[in-house]
Amino acid sequence: MNYHINFNFVWKYADKLYWGLVLSIELAFISILIGCVIGLALAVVYNDGHPWLKRVVSAYVEVVRNLPLLLLIYLIFYGIPSIGGFAFDATESFVLTLSLYAGAYLVEVFRAGLAAVSPGVIDAGKAIGLTAWQRFAYVRFPTMLRIVLPSLSNAFISLFKDTSLASVIAVPELTFGANWIKTNTFRAVEVWIVVAGVYLVVGWILLAALRLLERVLMPGRRT
Amino acid sequence: MSGAFQFVVTTLPFLWQGLLVTLWVSLAVVLISLVTGGLAGIGLTYGPWWVRLPLRIFSDILRGTPLLVVIFTIYYLLPFAGLNMQPMPSVILALVAFKTAHVGEITRGAIQSIPPGQTDAGKAIGLTFAQRLRWVILPQAVRRFLPPWVNSVTDTVKGSSLVSLVGIVDLMLASQQVIGRTYEPMPVYLLAAVMYFVINYALSATSRRLETRFAYIRE
Repeated sequence: MNYHINFNFVWKYADKLYWGLVLSIELAFISILIGCVIGLALAVVYNDGHPWLKRVVSAYVEVVRNLPLLLLIYLIFYGIPSIGGFAFDATESFVLTLSLYAGAYLVEVFRAGLAAVSPGVIDAGKAIGLTAWQRFAYVRFPTMLRIVLPSLSNAFISLFKDTSLASVIAVPELTFGANWIKTNTFRAVEVWIVVAGVYLVVGWILLAALRLLERVLMPGRRT
Repeated sequence: MSGAFQFVVTTLPFLWQGLLVTLWVSLAVVLISLVTGGLAGIGLTYGPWWVRLPLRIFSDILRGTPLLVVIFTIYYLLPFAGLNMQPMPSVILALVAFKTAHVGEITRGAIQSIPPGQTDAGKAIGLTFAQRLRWVILPQAVRRFLPPWVNSVTDTVKGSSLVSLVGIVDLMLASQQVIGRTYEPMPVYLLAAVMYFVINYALSATSRRLETRFAYIRE
């Protein structure tokens, strides 16, 4: 075989990877933010709501968690506009998809966290005369946050990696940039090795940052 | 109504072929990674440092990279190992490598959850390492291993949809092809979604049942 590894072409188009990575991080950040709002709201609904609402939340979680993300991406990007008679921007459609996907995973995380807050603490809040909203804001939410942080970190990293699937609907993120370079220079091995390394390093930095945050928010506990 | 019925009847055989490929790929990956991942987990727990270190690096790299990137990297890297593979074996290799890392961590976690006193007791009555594993550690670790492992099987079925991106006609690509002919995305995607859902819901329900079944060992 007369193939020589040559990374020059990857460096030549490094801006594709750079801006791709920036978009990947943006996609992850926005989707995680919306996902957290969905997750937290539905977790509260699940814990305190009507049994009827509980069932709706469970249905959402089960449906989304048991379908491949790739199918959800196609379903929302190609499927929904086909019956609605409109077109999605690929990036918006992906953010919508990943947010719904993140929401379903984060409901589970927050739900378990809320359930783990000991009832005694909430009773103590009642005893000193806090209103329901105050009890949530000052007692349940902060206590829950400390409980769920480690599993939250894992979910965030996993969602960052899931942004690679945006490339299938031509959102110009990191994996799409890699594909572009591969198609235009035929330097497939080099580009995939570099991109795998980028995902790894960014993932590790993200993990280190989240572990640091855990230590700041939970000063008493050493993990 | 009969139009919709007709649509399902003509579409279903194509999706069915794809579903078989999805199931076949998932089954192969699950079975192979059960063996390799189990061994990796034992190596990670009991191995000397020159076994643990490479396994740790392997596991951290594969768990830190998106599956899609793993699939493409292995697909294009293999020819350098002198292996000019067809898409199917190459993609199964990628899924197995990815899954081995995950199953390895589940195994390691399950083994480490067994109190060290059990190993000491095994040593005290003169069991060899293999005997301790076979009769003392693994039978107890299995109860901690099963719920997360069955859950990870769901991930394998979902992850297998990515093989469509290297041109293997699984359920995902079969639906795409049907859509390419009928220009009816929504019903086809919904049919595929129902198929994926039925398989994965059965698996995650099993995982939950195992979890409650073994909940008593929590404390």
